[in-house]
Amino acid sequence: MAGPSVSVDLSAAMQTVPVQLADWLVVAPSILTIVGGMLCLMSRKNIALAPKLGLFFLGLLVISNLLLLAEVLKRGVITMVMGNWLPPFGIAFTVDALGATLALVAAIVAFAAGLYASITIDNSGRRYGFYPFLLLLMTGVNGAFLTGDVFNLYVWFEVLLISSYGLLVLGNDRIQLDGTVKYGILNLIGTNLFLIATGLLYGQLGTLNMADITMKVQESGVSGPLMTIAVLYFLAFTMKAAAFPVNFWLPSSYHTPRIVVAAVFAGLLTKVGIYALLRILVMLMPAARAELADVIAWVAALTMLTGVIGALAQSDVRRLLGYLVISGIGSMLAGIAMGSVLALSGTVFYAVHSILVMTALYMAAGLMAAMAGSYDLRRLGGLYGASPVLAGVFLVLALAVAGLPPFSGFWPKVMLVDAALTLGWNWLAASILVTGFLTSLAVGRVWIYAFWRGGPEGTVDGGSVSLPGGGVLLAGAGGQSTAAVWVPIGILTALIVLFGLQPEWMMEVSSRGASGLIDPVGYLRSVFGGGA
Amino acid sequence: MEAGFSVLIGLFFAVGVYLMLSRHIVHILIGITILGNAVNMLIFTAGRLTREVPPVIPLELYVPAGPTANPLPQALVLTAIVISFSFFAFLLVLAFRTYQELGTDDVNEMRVAEPKGEALPPQGY
Repeated sequence: MAGPSVSVDLSAAMQTVPVQLADWLVVAPSILTIVGGMLCLMSRKNIALAPKLGLFFLGLLVISNLLLLAEVLKRGVITMVMGNWLPPFGIAFTVDALGATLALVAAIVAFAAGLYASITIDNSGRRYGFYPFLLLLMTGVNGAFLTGDVFNLYVWFEVLLISSYGLLVLGNDRIQLDGTVKYGILNLIGTNLFLIATGLLYGQLGTLNMADITMKVQESGVSGPLMTIAVLYFLAFTMKAAAFPVNFWLPSSYHTPRIVVAAVFAGLLTKVGIYALLRILVMLMPAARAELADVIAWVAALTMLTGVIGALAQSDVRRLLGYLVISGIGSMLAGIAMGSVLALSGTVFYAVHSILVMTALYMAAGLMAAMAGSYDLRRLGGLYGASPVLAGVFLVLALAVAGLPPFSGFWPKVMLVDAALTLGWNWLAASILVTGFLTSLAVGRVWIYAFWRGGPEGTVDGGSVSLPGGGVLLAGAGGQSTAAVWVPIGILTALIVLFGLQPEWMMEVSSRGASGLIDPVGYLRSVFGGGA
Repeated sequence: MEAGFSVLIGLFFAVGVYLMLSRHIVHILIGITILGNAVNMLIFTAGRLTREVPPVIPLELYVPAGPTANPLPQALVLTAIVISFSFFAFLLVLAFRTYQELGTDDVNEMRVAEPKGEALPPQGY
């Protein structure tokens, strides 16, 4: 290379000191899941190996995310840049308490789902790649939680979307094809909107690094184009998060796949949308969020109320749970509408709670159907006699999702209602409480009909029936123990009870995440060094 | 030149949205492709258009001699094209399989997942 012999100061554009070992934790989740997904894909014909390999990598993911969260809580925000190009030139991965917490909870849920799937997904499901898809889905989810670059966020959204298509059609039933068409097309339009907004944002500010955008928006203030971009982002992410009125893909698809797939989706996918809203609207464009606060509040209230009313009108337990996912999204949006530290902490805590409880509820619904042979409330009944443990677990989950003490759903609702009353959003506080009441009606009815009464519709009072059992859930699980379905439900329920009884730790972490969004000094300093 | 491109992009969006409003999956998919291309052109235009100056640094220099075309939007568009193309391929196969199974490509008749006139849940407690 014949270049001029001038000395160039590379340190202005490149990182010159070697990366610390602990910093590799920032990209470890993505690397682990990609490598694991690849190995699973290569050995997908080996159906005995698939669950072991998948669970091994999902277990590593949990450990890695646990270490990452510990590191973030110890050292504050951590940044790692790709190819050693310093921001804003290179793609940066920036992890704060919010991203690390959600990534850890997501990993725990994915591990639980992998375990649950080890006996509920039949051999053909394994052969068609359940575990590769699950691992690659986690690549997308983790990448979205950990990245510090807007375009990179879009790429991770697409990674998780394409894997979710694979999981959703796994099994190839008529009903699944129908659901996937609707899910697929509407979600693709949603990500296209996200891409439009990102293109316009780049045209406006000339940068894609989140920290850089934050600073540039702070300098320039809200302008017309920036407001348009904020509204586009709001539309795109509410579509992803399934907020009213752009949520029709969710109730038409979430009851169609294998129950464990529905459990993962209900837990993770919509919350990635909420995370993106928190990151982009609250951190990057705080002034635009304040302008939009009334719109967000209306969307939030309508989402929670239409969600829970939809749940009341369903007789299929899976569809009922799908509407409860939507209803929970409304509560999280309420926190974003209010925008104070307390409200946003409530949103973060609620997201963690919702990931755990929705996954656990779908898993419990799978067990109910395995015992009673149906998901229909009319045909369910007598499950208390069949399994008092499941009845107890379902009752815990039902109280948690309705936001009743002493379970994890109670505290975020307290925080949100408290914030709403402090800030004078009385009607929003009222709609949160009414939603909680209606939710307890919806899930209470499931418990009464499925567990408490003696048998399905037509059983005489005081009589009981023997349940058909078998069939639906444990197909192809010849002679295996059912521990693999009980352990994941147990883990998730234990966490729900733990967060209900000992909420201080989770409250502190959520509040750290929330204050990092409102006042991102630590974030900026981590990306740009001490000067920012 | 950006103004001309903006009009063209607007036309692409209009055509894409019009096709997506159709009841037939095939039209919707073509609409999505056109929408995807509109988005790609939008990113490209948002990065400002510079003709005939490729972003190549001459051998004897460390920095470009003058203003060049912006290479970043090209990289972004390339990523977006690959993604939207693979999604389109998947959705095309999915739509065909659905047509085989359900015997229709009219979205109004695709009611397997949410059948009409479903019974209400049991009333009362």
